[in-house]
Amino acid sequence: MLAAVGAGSIDELFASIGPSLLSRPLALPPGRSEMEVTAFLREMAGRNATNLIPFVGGGFYDHYIPAAVDQLASRAEFVTSYTPYQPECAQGTLQAMFEFQTAICELTGMDVANASLYDGGTALYEAAMMATKLTGRNRIVMDSGVSPIYRTILYTYTRNLSVEFEEVEPVHGQSDRKRLFEKLDERTAAVILQNPNFFGAIDDHSDIVEYAHRKGIIAVQSVYPVALGLLKTPREMGVDIATGEGQSLGLPLTFGGPYLGFMAVRQELVRRLPGRICGETVDRNGKRCYVLTLQAREQHIRREKATSNICSNEALCALRAVIYLSLIGKNGLAELARLVRDKTEFAKDAVDRIPGVKVNRSSPTFNEFTVVLPRPADEVIGKMVRKGFIAGFPLGRYYPGMENFLLVAVTEKRTKEEIVKLADSLEAVL
Amino acid sequence: MKLIFECSVPGRRGIGLPRPDIPAAGPVDGKYVRSSAPALPEVSELDVVRHYTLLSQENYSVDTQFYPLGSCTMKYNPKFAEAVVGLEGFRELHPLLPQLEQGCLLTQGALEVIYNLEKSLAEIAGMKAFTLQPMAGAQGELTGLMLIAAYHRKKGSRRKHVIVPDTSHGTNPASAAIAGYETKVIPTSADGTMDLGKFKEVLNEDTAAVMLTCPNTLGIFEPQTAEIARLAHEKGALMYCDGANMNAIIGRARPGDIGFDVVHLNLHKTFATPHGGGGPGAGPVGVNEKLEPFLPISRVVRRKDGSFFLEYDKPDSIGYIASFYGNFGVLLRAYAYILMYGMEGMKEISGHAVLNANYLRARLRGHYEIPFDRMCMHECVFSAAKQAAGGVRALDIAKALIDRGFHPPTVYFPLVVKEALMVEPTETESKETLDAFVEAMKGIAETAERDPESLRNAPVTTRISRPDEVKAAREMRLRWRP
Repeated sequence: MLAAVGAGSIDELFASIGPSLLSRPLALPPGRSEMEVTAFLREMAGRNATNLIPFVGGGFYDHYIPAAVDQLASRAEFVTSYTPYQPECAQGTLQAMFEFQTAICELTGMDVANASLYDGGTALYEAAMMATKLTGRNRIVMDSGVSPIYRTILYTYTRNLSVEFEEVEPVHGQSDRKRLFEKLDERTAAVILQNPNFFGAIDDHSDIVEYAHRKGIIAVQSVYPVALGLLKTPREMGVDIATGEGQSLGLPLTFGGPYLGFMAVRQELVRRLPGRICGETVDRNGKRCYVLTLQAREQHIRREKATSNICSNEALCALRAVIYLSLIGKNGLAELARLVRDKTEFAKDAVDRIPGVKVNRSSPTFNEFTVVLPRPADEVIGKMVRKGFIAGFPLGRYYPGMENFLLVAVTEKRTKEEIVKLADSLEAVL
Repeated sequence: MKLIFECSVPGRRGIGLPRPDIPAAGPVDGKYVRSSAPALPEVSELDVVRHYTLLSQENYSVDTQFYPLGSCTMKYNPKFAEAVVGLEGFRELHPLLPQLEQGCLLTQGALEVIYNLEKSLAEIAGMKAFTLQPMAGAQGELTGLMLIAAYHRKKGSRRKHVIVPDTSHGTNPASAAIAGYETKVIPTSADGTMDLGKFKEVLNEDTAAVMLTCPNTLGIFEPQTAEIARLAHEKGALMYCDGANMNAIIGRARPGDIGFDVVHLNLHKTFATPHGGGGPGAGPVGVNEKLEPFLPISRVVRRKDGSFFLEYDKPDSIGYIASFYGNFGVLLRAYAYILMYGMEGMKEISGHAVLNANYLRARLRGHYEIPFDRMCMHECVFSAAKQAAGGVRALDIAKALIDRGFHPPTVYFPLVVKEALMVEPTETESKETLDAFVEAMKGIAETAERDPESLRNAPVTTRISRPDEVKAAREMRLRWRP
């Protein structure tokens, strides 16, 4: 091969780099065999406590993942291909995208969905940016029941743009109408809401959306897809842009990612939608097929005028989600949502019986609820670890003044026995 | 093929749920409840398995075909890395655990992976520190530009624009716009490098950064990079390296040594994590000491006793880029890859990647135009200008390759080359595969002269022929309806 190229050695091929060539080997350990590396990483995996029974959520949940999701999403033809720029040899990826978009539209009730974004937080940021471009306004009003993790992401990303934020704290768990209405004015681009909110409270935001629309404001709602098996959809509330985190749809927790952002909008907003979009068409013989479409919005065509800079997305995660949704199906998702809520209500009652502990019942919840403890939640969580539980998340971490509040999450994987034991252990450590 | 929705039979179920072991709770207030269930498919598990197995077979992929998609580094993804990600200690780990009191002690293995990978990438790129948070290359670019903006802000200077060459990836100007900067575009000279004269005219005290891809998207290492860095630094601008093409120089040259202040690396390219049909990827960002204080939080820190914890107290940090620590599953695969290749292996990666690209360049010379015919790096840009004159365009050649069992190269990019065919073979392909590709390309060139019409009808071996993209954009059927 070197002879064909006309070079005497491989090193000669790098002559153009000249003085910038590295004159020493990299200071890395020597290479190791697959067997050695696997053993080394297995040891590292063993130093992570995944044996504790988790009641921690915060938007990221320990749901059951059917075996078929792993099997199908591991198929090399899906895993080792890339963005379907050549549709004739990528119909597998494209049709799965189209099915994913359809499933997200069904879940949210919205008209159009894109093929995925990085995660729930960046999806919400993209929605905020869309709203500023659509309205030509730069003020964003946000319910502080929106995940604090997402809110910090929004602040980071908009730091260099002239975007102003106003936050309104929930009252009795739900969005504070009075204060929100005061803040929504003709300079406001978007109102950002979340359902269920970070405290687990569910809400019907229809009145807020209606008020926002009267002022020409875009209504954005971040949703939890499993809850949509039961709860009122963003569309039924009149929302313009729905976003969310798809981790619960067949994706393992894996210490924070890869996860799956999704976004769905009303038809009129489709040309402002960021990210890849798959569309149906026909081939030369009239056969139905799928392509990436509306690419004139995207960075590789529009460059600095693109709707977003996104290129690689979370296609394989979207595939997992649509496989999951197909397996669980129409009736299964509704049943799952009811089961999760029933277990959560059972957990509320179990925890509420502990003397000195109070479950916050000021508003209805879905899969997560707040508990007021007689002592700092941090301290209690530490003691509960020794009992074999991750008892929840300490709200004081993000909300000053809520140091004694514990956020508890329940999924279908938590058994009655585990819930009862959680309550018993909690009582014992207090 | 049917859509999974079209396979629905009312009442059919794929997977059952456990029988409730608790009593049913009272109903939710109707005003919070949706009026009808989402019309998801009603199918059996076998329906789902067969459907997605058949769909997968409609894809070309690295595991089934040579996939020389330029600038995407479609190398083979070692299987053991997939197995490692499936280990329960990683797969089931909740990302909020380290935020609990003493919670870092529950995640020492995962934090050590992050710490070690940051250190390894810093050594590979010649940088002081890395953040692993960005979840794709484009997000890495944006993070890098936000770091640059924070740096200038701290110095009290408000700069206005970012300089990019016209060969840059589309994400560069798009990211610059989102970071609040205008883009100034510099043309490419006849030798395939950025026009230095034009660059000097545009560079001034309003320049926040110069964004270069190294080596550039024409597959050329620009020898003037050090000079560009010197000029930029003189004006107080910073140097950004789009490291998408790091596979060309890994183990042999480091962006930090060449004069760059910031670099992003695409782990799904150079570090062999699978592309997943478009993602997930990872785009970690490395910086030198100038920008280190501004890195996103949280940071993994090693204590004297060897334990790891998360630090949030970084007053100059730009904040949170991702919900947690980035695409951890992707990071873990890349770390496994680095451990396997080690210090000697890295140099072999770039050596064979560059040899393979030059081999294709040498073997296809005379059959296709090579606009910048000089020793290339990991990819080589051909032009189908000669064939286009006879009515066969780059796109036709791409489609003809599909019929011959190859995934096409990147076409019509970089924009500065007419009828561009950007070929990146990667180091993992054998000479036999490259030779077969050469024969296919030569055959197509011959057919282009003899029977151009047949190429305009390609592909004919796939289930579908060329789709009507205009119809797709006009009709906007973006979801299935019954």
